[in-house]
Amino acid sequence: MRSRSPTKWRTWMTQLVVVICGVGAAFAETAPPFSPTNIFAPASTPAKSIFGLSLFVLAVTGAIFLVVFALLLYSVVKFRKRRNDDGREPPQVYGSNQVELAWTIVPILIVIALFMATARVIAVVQKTAPPGNAITVTAIGHQFWWEYRYLDLGVVTANELHVPVSDSVHPTPTFIKLLSADTDHSFWVPRLGGKTDLIPNHPNSMWIDPQETGVYLGQCAQYCGTQHAKMLLRVYVQSRDEFDRWIRQQRRPAVVDDTVSEGQRIFETTACINCHAVSGTVANGRFGPDLTHLMSRDTIGAGAVPNTSENLRRWIRNPNTIKPGSLMPAMELTEKELDAVTAYLETLR
Amino acid sequence: MSTDAIAMPSTAIAPRPIVATLHEWVTTVDHKRLGILYIIYALAFLLIAGVEAMIIRIQLIRPHNNFVSPQEFNRLFTMHGTTMIFFVIMPFMFGFANYLIPLMIGARDMAFPRLNAFSFWMTAFGGLLLYFSVVGANGLYGAGNAPDVGWFAYAPLTSQTFSVGHSTDFWILALLISGFGSIGTAINIIATVLCMRCPGMTLATMPLFAWLNLIMADLVILAVSPLTAAQIMLLIDRYLGGHFFDTQAGGSAVIWMHFFWVFGHPEVYILVLPAFAFASEIIPVFSRKPIFGYSVMVGATIAIGFISMSVWAHHMFTVGMSSAANNFFVISTMAIAVPTGIKIFNWLATMWGGKIEFKTPMLFCIAFLFQFLIAGLTGIMQGAAPFDWHLGNSYFVVAHFHYVIVGGILFCLFGAFYYWFPKMSGKMYSETLGKLHFWIFIIGFHLTFDFMHIPGLLGMPRRIYTYEPGRGWDTWNFIVTIGVFFQAAGILVFLGNLIWSYFRGKAAGSDPWDAWTLEWSTNSPPPAYNFASIPVVKSRRPLWDLKHPNDPDWNYE
Repeated sequence: MRSRSPTKWRTWMTQLVVVICGVGAAFAETAPPFSPTNIFAPASTPAKSIFGLSLFVLAVTGAIFLVVFALLLYSVVKFRKRRNDDGREPPQVYGSNQVELAWTIVPILIVIALFMATARVIAVVQKTAPPGNAITVTAIGHQFWWEYRYLDLGVVTANELHVPVSDSVHPTPTFIKLLSADTDHSFWVPRLGGKTDLIPNHPNSMWIDPQETGVYLGQCAQYCGTQHAKMLLRVYVQSRDEFDRWIRQQRRPAVVDDTVSEGQRIFETTACINCHAVSGTVANGRFGPDLTHLMSRDTIGAGAVPNTSENLRRWIRNPNTIKPGSLMPAMELTEKELDAVTAYLETLR
Repeated sequence: MSTDAIAMPSTAIAPRPIVATLHEWVTTVDHKRLGILYIIYALAFLLIAGVEAMIIRIQLIRPHNNFVSPQEFNRLFTMHGTTMIFFVIMPFMFGFANYLIPLMIGARDMAFPRLNAFSFWMTAFGGLLLYFSVVGANGLYGAGNAPDVGWFAYAPLTSQTFSVGHSTDFWILALLISGFGSIGTAINIIATVLCMRCPGMTLATMPLFAWLNLIMADLVILAVSPLTAAQIMLLIDRYLGGHFFDTQAGGSAVIWMHFFWVFGHPEVYILVLPAFAFASEIIPVFSRKPIFGYSVMVGATIAIGFISMSVWAHHMFTVGMSSAANNFFVISTMAIAVPTGIKIFNWLATMWGGKIEFKTPMLFCIAFLFQFLIAGLTGIMQGAAPFDWHLGNSYFVVAHFHYVIVGGILFCLFGAFYYWFPKMSGKMYSETLGKLHFWIFIIGFHLTFDFMHIPGLLGMPRRIYTYEPGRGWDTWNFIVTIGVFFQAAGILVFLGNLIWSYFRGKAAGSDPWDAWTLEWSTNSPPPAYNFASIPVVKSRRPLWDLKHPNDPDWNYE
């Protein structure tokens, strides 16, 4: 009987390892379909460096867990009071300096190893200077939406950040300057990089170099007020050509369409223009998103709902029905005015 | 048993009108009564903040749920966090420290009994003031506004621009007032431990419980003071035109973060050191061995105290500190794992070679060791700053600190409840109900907090009242919410056990656990004067010496 138990133990351990690796693999391999915001499915250098570090840290902490857990389990099973206990006290042991020294020095060595690995990744991410061809964007956090200003390219947009793909042949990283117009926010698109806060009076910066095209999701990660939950992030990573086309299109002033002049008149004579800008018109508000190319965006309300004409109308009628606590007031327009304004906004492509 | 020789029979009190009894409790300066007041007060707030947690979890059971509005949700998580930290765990710890320290060091009361009463009532009024905001505060949404700025109340969300009305003021004043209470209690604990020990008890022979609470009290003075200063600065900003944190006038939001976390991180150790104190008393008794490496345990505690003052900015890895600052806080954060690890190893070594009895207090302490190990390891993950750029402010960190506070601290507290209930009430609790509580609660705990790590790894930030479907978060959030109902059931069994045992439990006797520290040498419950004659001790385990006159501890220490 005695000889069988180690084999059984080994089989059991093997099964455990298989299960753990299986769970790990499920996270790493099937990541994008599993979750579009999985931190273990990196697609940009900062996220990949962090991913490498996290695997190392997980391996070390996992090993520590197994050792200490095994010790705990062993002592609980082995040293439990037996039914046939003789009632005598066990040998009284007060301590041992050698043992204490051992379990002080070994953890110190582990800590040093973890620190060195961590310091390397901090340097990789924090000490990278922008190369000459980098795209620079200023991201400004607002309650509860994102403003993006491409100062070199003359483009202002909201909520949907467009960046070019950065492949090994043409590395074009994007450097993002992070500002806040009101409270603290945090920019977090897990597959592209760690989060960095947007704090008023405290400019921050971060960089990404996404290596695959596609839409990357994230959201505000610092509590910023009532609608913190619906301050969603969408990053569109496009091929260089598509990105250039998008920039050219965004630089054009708003299209003038005479069939919607009634809607434009209402828009420009109500409170709308206190907060919103449409380039080439009298609307030059800065408090809310720039609407010059509203219809080029897939979503409204900082990613709250798809940008359909029905949702747009609902939003103008009363943003609270979509995003309670949104700072845009219900505009109290009549049905006819609502139709006209919606029609006008829908021409802003 | 010779212990009866030094204990006096409790003086029987004739039935008296309830008003007189109440008056006695309200005006009491007895450390035992104040300890029990602290504990009952904390139990009441545990229920309130627990219900808040349940509402939060019901709202998050599925995406786009509408159980509560975003405004209500934000108030709920602010109140849940503030209540649990300041008005549940801290009063619990102060309660047990108050009750047990004089008994363990052979004193008749705390050093300053009146300060003790003052401190308790300050804490009590702080909690009441916080909850008065629910009916009394005007705010952005009309009357009846609880604070909604989050328990760490980052600037400038707390400025008058963004926090209209008075809900934030209630939050500030509640913490300010209870902070005075905490500092008073800390001074009292330090003075008691340093000056009130019975003859023969040196710093090197007093119970670890007293050592851990001494370091905890030092940390309270060092940590609560900056919080108090920050609250006053915030009040000046809000009402006297100051600009400390007012970013629109050039103030600094980051300074608030430093002030808050220079309090906030030592606060974690303020909460956890008393939990270590419980474990350091319970594990030896149920392993039937003395604590392994007493002097190393004391050294590790002092090291934790010092290091805990230099790790605060690991809460701020995402605010854009320089890489040098980030590196500093990485190494200091990881360094604290060393003394904490030493403690875990010493507890394991205490169990090693013992005869472990799985009574309810010991079950909770074993679960504490297991869960605190995991909590420490997830803490190391977040100590690696780049990893924290993902994990910080995600559900991973929420899972991590609940692992510390529930899996570590609350489990130890339950252990302490069962261990000292016979001493405090004179009655034995029901072992069956205690074990039932343990198993239901541990299932609920692991359902909730194990699975809560996963949405964090999948990109779910904390403090969102709802979330989008299709992010891979739905299933995990569902499981997490189910676990909460198990935990609630466990708490009901716990309260049922306390109440039933208080009225129907068997008499416990003075020393039901065959334990070794001085509180077990007097009656259960102890008389007002604790000891008929002040005991004289010669070792760390005076009752061991008494029970084994041929093999006393002082031969080995």
